[in-house]
Amino acid sequence: MNRPAEHTAPGRFDDAAIVLEDAAVTYGRGDTATRALTTTSLTLREGEFVALVGPSGCGKSTILKLAAGLLPSSQGYVFVGGREVAARASRVGIAFQNATMLPWLSVRDNIMLPLKIVSPFKADFRAKRRGEYRERADALLAQVGLTGFGDKYPWQLSGGMLQRASLCRALIHEPRVLLLDEPFGALDQFTREELWAILQNLWMDKKPTVLLVTHDLREAAYLASRVCIMSPRPGRIVEDRTVDFDRPRTVDRTYDSDFVELMQNLRALITHDGPAAVGSTAP
Amino acid sequence: MKDTLFGPRARQRAASIAFIVGFFVLWEAACVVFSISPFVLPRPSAVLVTLVERFPALTPHIIQTLMTTMVGFVLGVVTGVILGAIVGSSKIAYDTAYPLLVGFSSIPKVAVVPIFVLWFGSGTVPAILTSYVICIFPIVVNVATGLATTSPEQQDVLKALGASRTEILFNISLPNAMPYLFAALKVAITLAFVGTVLSETVAANRGIGNVMMIATSNFDVPLVFAGLFLLAVMGVVLYGLFSLLERRICGWASRGADTPLA
Repeated sequence: MNRPAEHTAPGRFDDAAIVLEDAAVTYGRGDTATRALTTTSLTLREGEFVALVGPSGCGKSTILKLAAGLLPSSQGYVFVGGREVAARASRVGIAFQNATMLPWLSVRDNIMLPLKIVSPFKADFRAKRRGEYRERADALLAQVGLTGFGDKYPWQLSGGMLQRASLCRALIHEPRVLLLDEPFGALDQFTREELWAILQNLWMDKKPTVLLVTHDLREAAYLASRVCIMSPRPGRIVEDRTVDFDRPRTVDRTYDSDFVELMQNLRALITHDGPAAVGSTAP
Repeated sequence: MKDTLFGPRARQRAASIAFIVGFFVLWEAACVVFSISPFVLPRPSAVLVTLVERFPALTPHIIQTLMTTMVGFVLGVVTGVILGAIVGSSKIAYDTAYPLLVGFSSIPKVAVVPIFVLWFGSGTVPAILTSYVICIFPIVVNVATGLATTSPEQQDVLKALGASRTEILFNISLPNAMPYLFAALKVAITLAFVGTVLSETVAANRGIGNVMMIATSNFDVPLVFAGLFLLAVMGVVLYGLFSLLERRICGWASRGADTPLA
C-alpha cells in the first residue's frame, strides 16, 4: 500500500487527541507472520479517559505502542495530536507495569528525566534542574503522597511507591496524552485502589487524554469515562461504552448495584464473544 | 548502618586482617618447624628484612614497573572501551568481531613477547605492549555486554518522549554499562601487571621482573620473594583504588549498603 508522505487527521475529528484509522500490526512475514492487531479504528477525544480492556494477547498493548510511536503500523494510520505518528514518537507521557526507574538516579532525577529530553524544557534543563524543575518534581511527588522521597534511590522504595513515582515521571512534562500500560497490574489490591484515587485526581487536575490498558474491569469502570472491550486474539473492539458515573468516584461506589451491573455486562462481552471472534480471520 | 567497634562491618574487617596475618604467621611457623632451607622458601620475616634493606635500590625498579603497567593499562582501557562500544552497539559487529577477539585472547602472552622484542628491541616498549594487549579483552567483553543488556522498557520510556539515539546512549546505555566497566577495570589492572612483569623477565634491564630474574640466577631467594611481595602490594593498592572509585561512581549497583524502606 502506498501511503502519502504527510497525512493529516480527517476534519471530522477536530478535537481528537488519538486516532487509529484502520490500523493493523503484523509481526514477521509470509507463513510465520503473526497478526498482533486486526484492522482497528479508535478515536479518543481531547481530555477523554479511555480504558482498553481485554484478555491477554488481544492486542491492547499493541494499540498503546502504536500511539506511543514505539511500533509502526503495518497498515492504516495513527494520529496523535493531529499529527501522524510515524516511527518517531510523539512525546507522550507513558508508564508501564514495571516502574522502569533508572537505578543510578535518585527518584527526583528519574522524574525529571523527561524534562531533559523533551523540548522546550530541555533547552534550559541545566539551568533550572536545581530550581524550578526540582520544585516541580517535588510538587508532583507531594501529589502522589511521596513527599520527602525525592532523594531516595529506586531500590529503597516499595513496588507501590515506585509506581507512584512512575506516574510522576509520565506527567512532569505535562503531556496532552498519557499512555498507561497496566500500570497497577503488579500491585496488591489495597495499593491499587489507593493509586486509582491518585490517578483520578491527577487526571481531573490537568485533564490530559488518557489511554489506559488494563485487564481489570473494576479498574476500568472506576477510572474511565469510556471503556472499550476487546475480543481475544486476533483482537478487535467489540464494545465501546461510555461510563458517566459522577466524579470523583470512590472505591465504595464500585460496590453499588449500577456499577456492579455495568461490570457484569462488560464481563459477559469478554467471556462470550471469544469463540466467535476466533473464527473471523484477517483479510 | 552505624560502623561501631563491634558492628558487623568492623567484625568483617577484623576477620580479613586476622586471615592475612594468620597466613604469614603460618608460613613463618612452617619454615621453622620443618626447618625449610631459605633457598627453597625464605621465611616472611627474612623477606621483610631484605625488602627494607634493599628498598632504596629497588625504588627505581618499582617506579619503572608501575609506570610501564599504567601506560599499558590506560592505552588498553581506551582501546577496550572504543572496541567494546563498537561491538556492543551493533549485532553485526558483535558476530564478526567476537571470534577474532576470542582467538586473540587465547594466545598465551608469553608467546607474543619475543615478537614485540623482535619489532621494538628489548626494554620498556615491549613491556608496555604486553600489558596493553593482555588487558584489552576483559574490557571489550564487559563494555559490550554492558551496552547490550540495556532494558528495552527503559529505552521505550525515552523513545516515547522522542529521544534520539545519542540521548538514549548517554542517559541509559552508558550508565548501565558502568558496573560492567569497573568489573573489567579491576581484572585488567591485575592482568596488566602480569603482562609487564612477563615482558621484563624476558627482555629488559629494569623493572621488578628483571630484578627477580637476576636475583634468581644469583640464588638470592629472599629478594625474589621481596619482588613478588612488591608486585602483590602494587596490585592490591590499584585494585583498591578502583574499588573505591567504583563505589563512588556506581554505588547504585551494589545496594547492600543500606536497608530498603519497605
